[in-house]
Amino acid sequence: MLHIVACIKQVPDTKIIKMNPKTNTMDRSSAPAILNPYDAHAVEEAVRLKARYGGKVSVVTMGPPPAVKAIRKCIEIGADEGYLITDRAFAGADTLATSYSLTKALEKIGTLHPIDLIICGKMTIDGDTGQVGPGIARRLDIPPLTSVNKVVELEQEAGIAIVHRKLEDGYEVIQTSLPCLLSVEKEINEIPYSTLPNMLRAARYQPVVWSVDDLGDVDRTLLGLKGSPTIVAKVWPPEKPKGGEMLQGTSEEQVQRLFSILMERKTLFRDVGMRKGGGPQ
Amino acid sequence: MAEKFDVIVVGAGPAGTACAYTLAKNNVSVLLLERGEYPGSKNVMGGVLYRKMMEDIIPGFYKEAPIERPIVEQRFMMLDKESAATFSYKGMEWGKEPYNNFTVLRAKFDQWFADKAVEQGAVLVNETVALACIVENGRVVGVRTDRPEGDIYANVVVLADGVNSLLAKSLGFHKEFKPDEVALAVMEVLKLDKRIIEDRFNLEGDQGCTIEIFGDSTKGILGTAWLYTNKDSLNIGVGTMLSGLIKHKLKPYELLEYVKTHPMIRPYLQGTDQQEYLAHLIPEGGYRSMPRIVGDGVLVVGDAAQLVNAIHREGSNMAMTSGVVAAETIIEAIAAGDFTEKTLDVYKRRLLDSFVGEDLKKYKDATHHFEKYPHYFEQYIPMLNRAASQMFTVDGTSKREKQRKIWQGIGTAGEKMKIARDLFQAWRVMK
Repeated sequence: MLHIVACIKQVPDTKIIKMNPKTNTMDRSSAPAILNPYDAHAVEEAVRLKARYGGKVSVVTMGPPPAVKAIRKCIEIGADEGYLITDRAFAGADTLATSYSLTKALEKIGTLHPIDLIICGKMTIDGDTGQVGPGIARRLDIPPLTSVNKVVELEQEAGIAIVHRKLEDGYEVIQTSLPCLLSVEKEINEIPYSTLPNMLRAARYQPVVWSVDDLGDVDRTLLGLKGSPTIVAKVWPPEKPKGGEMLQGTSEEQVQRLFSILMERKTLFRDVGMRKGGGPQ
Repeated sequence: MAEKFDVIVVGAGPAGTACAYTLAKNNVSVLLLERGEYPGSKNVMGGVLYRKMMEDIIPGFYKEAPIERPIVEQRFMMLDKESAATFSYKGMEWGKEPYNNFTVLRAKFDQWFADKAVEQGAVLVNETVALACIVENGRVVGVRTDRPEGDIYANVVVLADGVNSLLAKSLGFHKEFKPDEVALAVMEVLKLDKRIIEDRFNLEGDQGCTIEIFGDSTKGILGTAWLYTNKDSLNIGVGTMLSGLIKHKLKPYELLEYVKTHPMIRPYLQGTDQQEYLAHLIPEGGYRSMPRIVGDGVLVVGDAAQLVNAIHREGSNMAMTSGVVAAETIIEAIAAGDFTEKTLDVYKRRLLDSFVGEDLKKYKDATHHFEKYPHYFEQYIPMLNRAASQMFTVDGTSKREKQRKIWQGIGTAGEKMKIARDLFQAWRVMK
């Protein structure tokens, strides 16, 4: 039976989060915790593939106990099982340590039910790195396919999948061996309004909860803060641009105005010219 | 096959959650449906939660619930254009257990309360709108939600879906509100440093203060404004009967802006940042507007049953009590295996015999009386302010002379008689 696992994360809703003006860090209490929006699409894609090919959809997350709520959200979308790995030892993990911890969880899930496909969201909205997915693939030594916006086919027997990867000006069609890891774009699907039976199941759902000890052979030096070589040295909001002039009027007037500005500031114009390899002076 | 519960409660506000909590605690299978993202996300009240009724449900709740401040002082301001006569009571007995009441922020409190119901075994489903009751052979047997495969069944459906109860309307229990049966309240939550709140309102530590503001705060329309202290924010709001707003062509947010900039109120709000803006309807028609609240397989609780005592700013406590009484009735009905209106009607009788019914009956004419005779707010409050000003201004006039002038200022003998009659009438509707 096809087994698809989605890796998910509970994140603060960065659309409404406030920054602490003194420390420049996110004030996590100022925003509700939600399922990372990209991950919702990862789960939905897994659920759609299950609808096409049969099988089972699991989700796994690392986080504090309240992350159960994010798992329930995945059950609402249609996931079958959820695994939460939670332990003080995981705290302070960067993407390297996170990918290690999730890999250990995936290995354990794999011993219970072999995994054919892992799907991640493109990135989290609180970290914006998009590194954890590929990090997991590297550790599991399976092909990572990022920026996936369509799964064309999945053939469990033949052990192949065909997907589209989004490029700047189009897409590429890639055939890969299974198991593999996909990280998906939001546009890959639309999440429908969950059914009432799924809502009821989610409301009552208790995920499998594992601590570090439950994961078996784990190198503790690779977990949490200890296993995280990246440090956030400083955080600051982007500086707001000052002054400036908004060009008004018709397109023609705006071009005229822009042209005269560029002519007035000859230095700028010369720089542009030089970079282009000598244009008009 | 759609699932069946013993009970479906529609709406996770104080009434619905109190009902679900009580049922779950007694091992009744109960589904609690909430349309908001989470319980409390769409709920609004001025901000005062009374201890007694909540504690009947969860003893000592204030030790762990997200409350803002226990209230130790209640002020009542009679506001004129540039003056205010204020009466206040402050008592340290309210500052310690068992407390009298608290300010709460509903978005936090309702969520906590619903979590407690879930701990007892209630199944909470958020972001789901109940569209109508499913009726078979004249009996309510379930609820149709807006979700795919959204029908769900139960022996009893409890309608706790708030002031504008869609479901009670769908059953024909509710008629559309008349403008004199419903108040519109608008409110802002204003951020302010904890320390400044305590200095400004003369409070120590966690203590809180509430100010009810009558008179010019509603430009003479029947209603009140209020200013309550939270931990590190203030609630400022104003609520008036819809009919008054229509008659005076006033927009509620304009009225709130007027209150906020009033010279008697402005100083309290200095240096605050607006955090939230909320608006809600309050069913203030009282006893006479109470809809049908019992049917075959269905009970109506809380705002949906119009259980609000406008005179005493009470509502959430009545809601909770109604939820508990409904739950107790249902538990008996389950034991008897009978969910007909006849059996469930016990709910109505018990509710009307409780403080809820007693208070609603006591004030059944009050709102209507003050609505009908606006001079209480328009004339007598300014008169009181003038009298206080005259009495306390030291200008070399003898006190006896001042009293004489105040007495004269009230008007002719006929006018004095009218005031005496009005005060007697006011006493009668309030007694």
